[in-house]
Amino acid sequence: MKLRTLVLREIFERKSQLLTSFLAILLGITVIVSIKNITHYSEKAVAREMDSLGANVLILPKSSTLQDYYTADMQGETIPEEYVTRLAMSDLAGLDNLSPKLSMPVELQGKTFTLTGILPKSEFQAKAAWGGAGIFSRPIGCGASLGMMGSEDKKTLARKRVIDTLENDEVLVGADVAAKLGLKEADKLGMLGRSFRITAVLPQTGTVDDSRIFAHLHVVQDLSKKGPVINAIEVIGCCQEISKGLVAKINSLLPDAKVVTITQIAAAQISINRMMSNLSLMFLVIIIFVGGASIANYMYANVFERRREIGTLMALGANSGLVLRIFLLKALILGVAGGIGGYVLGTILAVVLGPKLAGVMVLPMPMLALLAVGLSVAIALVASYFPARRAAHLDPCATFQEI
Amino acid sequence: MLKMENVTKTYPHRGQLVTALNRANAEIRDGDFVSVVGPSGSGKSTLLLMLGGMLSPSGGRVLWDDQSIYDLDANARAQLRKQKVGFVFQTFNLVPYLSALENVQVPLFLSNADEEEQKDRAAALLERVGLGDRLHHKPSELSVGQQQRVALARMLANDPAVILADEPTGNLDPETSRQVIDFLEEVNGEGRTIVMVTHDPRAAERAKRILRLDRGVIVSEKPGQKGRHAAA
Repeated sequence: MKLRTLVLREIFERKSQLLTSFLAILLGITVIVSIKNITHYSEKAVAREMDSLGANVLILPKSSTLQDYYTADMQGETIPEEYVTRLAMSDLAGLDNLSPKLSMPVELQGKTFTLTGILPKSEFQAKAAWGGAGIFSRPIGCGASLGMMGSEDKKTLARKRVIDTLENDEVLVGADVAAKLGLKEADKLGMLGRSFRITAVLPQTGTVDDSRIFAHLHVVQDLSKKGPVINAIEVIGCCQEISKGLVAKINSLLPDAKVVTITQIAAAQISINRMMSNLSLMFLVIIIFVGGASIANYMYANVFERRREIGTLMALGANSGLVLRIFLLKALILGVAGGIGGYVLGTILAVVLGPKLAGVMVLPMPMLALLAVGLSVAIALVASYFPARRAAHLDPCATFQEI
Repeated sequence: MLKMENVTKTYPHRGQLVTALNRANAEIRDGDFVSVVGPSGSGKSTLLLMLGGMLSPSGGRVLWDDQSIYDLDANARAQLRKQKVGFVFQTFNLVPYLSALENVQVPLFLSNADEEEQKDRAAALLERVGLGDRLHHKPSELSVGQQQRVALARMLANDPAVILADEPTGNLDPETSRQVIDFLEEVNGEGRTIVMVTHDPRAAERAKRILRLDRGVIVSEKPGQKGRHAAA
C-alpha cells in the first residue's frame, strides 16, 4: 500500500460525499475556461475587424467638428501637408499607414460630386528622407495594410483607405458617380479643364465615398489653388497601439490638429472586453468563495467523520506530517480532477457556444489547461489546509472513545 | 520494560478538577501479561493511553526501557509506537474502505516496508488468524469475530515487543472472546509484553498479573492464572 492507494480508496469509497465539492470546483473552472476561451477569440476577431476597417484615426483641423466620419474631410478647413511628413518621420509605433486628403466640390454633367485628392503610398516611399527614417522604414505594425504592395487592385481603396500608386492623370470613381455618369474602367473623364483616365470603378460602400472621385492629392491641390494643404489625414493605426495611447502621442506631435478615433467602435470593443473581463473576474471570485468554502466545509466534515480512523493511524505510529499529507493529497487529486474536467468541459462549451454567443469561431486553447489546473489545485489546497492541519493535530485518544 | 512512576493525570471538567489517575506506580517487565481491571471511570483507559505515549501525565514519569517517553515530542513517540507497540481496540478500529489485507498492511506502510513485503507479511498474518480466505473482504463483509481477528493480525504486523489491548473482548461472544485470549496468550508466549484493559473477569484471569484500579488508584495487584501456574 502507498499513500496514494490510501487516499484514492477513501475518495472512491465515499465519492457521493465528495460530489458536491467536486461539482462546485468543476463548474467554476468550466465557466472560467469557457469565458476566457470565448473572450480570447472574440477579442482577436474584433481586433482583426478593427484593423481591417482601414483608417481608424482621423487628424483634422482644430476647428472642425466630427459629425460624420466619412465627411470629415469636407468641412473646408485645412492643415498643412507637412503634418504628413512629421508623422511619417516620427518613430510612433502602431501607425500602419497614412492617407492625407483634400476635397473640393466638382460639377459634372450638371451634378455635384466631390473630388478628393489622395496621396498614394508610393509618394512616401519615393522620398529618400522618409524612407530612411520614419514609419515606412520599419516592418508594418499590425498588418492592417498587408498585401497592399505588389500587384495592386485599386478597388481596395474602398475598404483599405490607402492606395499604392496613382498617376497624375488617373482617377478612381465611386460607384454612384460611375452609375450617374455612365462611366466604366478605362474611360476618359474631363474635369476642371483636365483629362483623366478612369483606372477603377470602386465597389458600392453605402457611404458618401460612393459619390467621390479620387485623384492624386497634388493634382487636386493644383485644381483647388489652395497650395500644399489637406483637409484631413486618415491614419491606419493598430488598435492595440490606439489603446496604449497612440492618439495622445499624435496629439503631442501635432498640437495644432485635432486627433480622433472611431470612438463608437473602440468604445464598443472596450466595453465588450471589459464586460467579459469583469464577468471572468466575478466568476473567479465566486469560485474562490463558493468552491473554496464547499471544499473547506467538506474537508472539515471529512476530518470530523474520520477522527477515529485518524486516531487509529496515529496509535499505529502515523505522525502529524503523514496525516497532513493524506488530506492535502486528497485536495490535490480533487483539484487536478476539477481542473482537467473543468478545462475539457469549458473548452467544449466554448467551442460549441462561442459561434452562437459571440459570433466567432472558437478553438481549444491548451494554455488554459494550465490556468484551469493551477487555479483549481490552488483553491483546493488552500481550502483544505486548515482542515488538514486540524486532522494532523487531532488527539489520538479519540481512538479509545466511543464515537 | 514499561514503568510508571508516581503518574498522575488530572483534567478540568465542568469547573472541577477530575483525577483520572493518582500517583500510580507500576512496573511491567518484558514478556509480562498484565490485566488491568476496575469499574468504569477508574482510570484503566487513561493508564493504557499513557503507556502508549498518547496521553501526557500531569505528574510523574512513564518510562520505556528507562527512556522517559513524555520527554520526547509527539512525532518521536509516534515513531516509538510504530517500532514497538501493537494496539488492539474494543471496536477493532479497522479502516472501513480497506480490505482485510490492506488493513493489516497499514502498520507496515507506516514503517515504509515495500509493497511486496507488506502484502506477503499481511497475508501470512491473516492466514495465522484463520482468515486466509478473506484477504480481500472489507470489514463490513466480515463478522464481528472476523473483524477482531483482522485487528489481531494488524496488531502483529510490525512485530511489536509490547501489545496494548483495550477491552479486546468487549464486543465479542464468549467463544470468540476465548479465542482472542488464546491468541493473546500465544503471542505472549513468543515473548511479547501484553497489557490488557478488560471488564471481563474470565479474560482478566488468563493474564499473569491483575492490577485493580479504583478511582485512579492501583488498589491491588494479584497473580492471574498463568502467574499462579508459574509460581507453582
